[in-house]
Amino acid sequence: MPEILKGLWITIQATFYGSLVSFALGLVWAMALRSRSRWVTWPVSVFVEFVRNTPLLVQLFFLFFVLPGWGLTFAPLTTGVIGLGLHYSTYTSEVYRAGIDGVPPGQWEAATALNLPRRRTWIAVILPQAFRRVVPALGNYVIAMFKDTPLLAGITVADMLFQANSISATTFDYLEPITVVGILFVVISYPTSLLLRALERRLVR
Amino acid sequence: MTGALWELFFEGLWITIQLMVYSAALAAVVAFGIGLSRTSRFWIVRFLSGVYVEFFRGTSALVLMFWLFFALPLLGWQLVGIWAGTLALGLSYGAYGSEVVRGALQAVAPAQREAAIALSFSPWQRLRKVILPQAVPEMMPPFNNLLIELLKGTALASLLSIGELTFQAKLARLSTGQSAEIYGIILVLYFAVAFVMTRIMRVLERRAKASVGRSVPKGEGWFSRKLPVEKQGPEALATGGKP
Repeated sequence: MPEILKGLWITIQATFYGSLVSFALGLVWAMALRSRSRWVTWPVSVFVEFVRNTPLLVQLFFLFFVLPGWGLTFAPLTTGVIGLGLHYSTYTSEVYRAGIDGVPPGQWEAATALNLPRRRTWIAVILPQAFRRVVPALGNYVIAMFKDTPLLAGITVADMLFQANSISATTFDYLEPITVVGILFVVISYPTSLLLRALERRLVR
Repeated sequence: MTGALWELFFEGLWITIQLMVYSAALAAVVAFGIGLSRTSRFWIVRFLSGVYVEFFRGTSALVLMFWLFFALPLLGWQLVGIWAGTLALGLSYGAYGSEVVRGALQAVAPAQREAAIALSFSPWQRLRKVILPQAVPEMMPPFNNLLIELLKGTALASLLSIGELTFQAKLARLSTGQSAEIYGIILVLYFAVAFVMTRIMRVLERRAKASVGRSVPKGEGWFSRKLPVEKQGPEALATGGKP
């Protein structure tokens, strides 16, 4: 049990840092996809489509085995965070896109009428209105990411599943550790999703 | 890259596709079963199916797969690897799919239901002749997303040492040490399958919509992720893709 709780802490760290990476990168993709230049939108949309349509596990293996070959050696957890963050950024970019599309077009027109430069339009007008709408949806991806962290066990990150496996390997008791891990996932993710639903009702009218 | 490696990959690809087809079939059964029972008249049916959905959406598919493969034998059932994988993927993606089914059923205009009652259709006729034909086209785009998620989920089965694509890649990497090439190729193969699946689903969607006299807006590019105009706005947030 203490080992599993240690694993839970790693799982939470991975989820937290992974979320930060995906929130930041997702916004980058979403804004890049709104660029006027095809040279920006095309490569970004190909990248986003590719990452969305391939398994996270294989991406993690790719990063884990390939980055050191490029001279970049990270701890497994860091590699996991990069993988999770990159993978989920392609999903959060959709959330941002929907949030940005939800801002009434009149707001863009008003910004043009006030002769605001493009950057100010984004920072002062569009994004503050978009953010309010995207918070609950982003939260859903945090839960999804939390549930995907066991994949990190595949690249030797000592998360909950990894700990459960190593306990099982020494005691030959598979039932208990894995059941505990499964229950911990429900116990954490279900109340969080209830909370998000409540938040959603408040923020998105 | 030698011919033997490619053979290994295609063998793995075949198992991946089998795994995807089996678990998609199971997921579809679960999705319709649970989705319909969530709109049941009896509260206990609604409650139990709700518990099912929250439970299977709350746990990680991988942990479920591990549980079925490693823990279940201790309770007396030993599953072959591919069935443990199929069961885990089918049950958890079925739970996501049931939400799609429920949403689509509830999106059918209430007047349609009333009209069917007025024509004194039985509940079963109502469902089969009026509600489902209108709900199914609505389900197609989210099902498409789920199918891709399911395809990606099959990679998890490699951790149970089922010889699907990701597992074969691991073998290939161990024997050749060319990580970048091998995982690069595997990623492209997954993408190719996903791409083909998406196109097939779009054709099915177009047909399903045409059969109830609606048209699908054209002009979606090969890589564009633009939703049809009616779906934009806050509602689109809920259907951003991954469940």
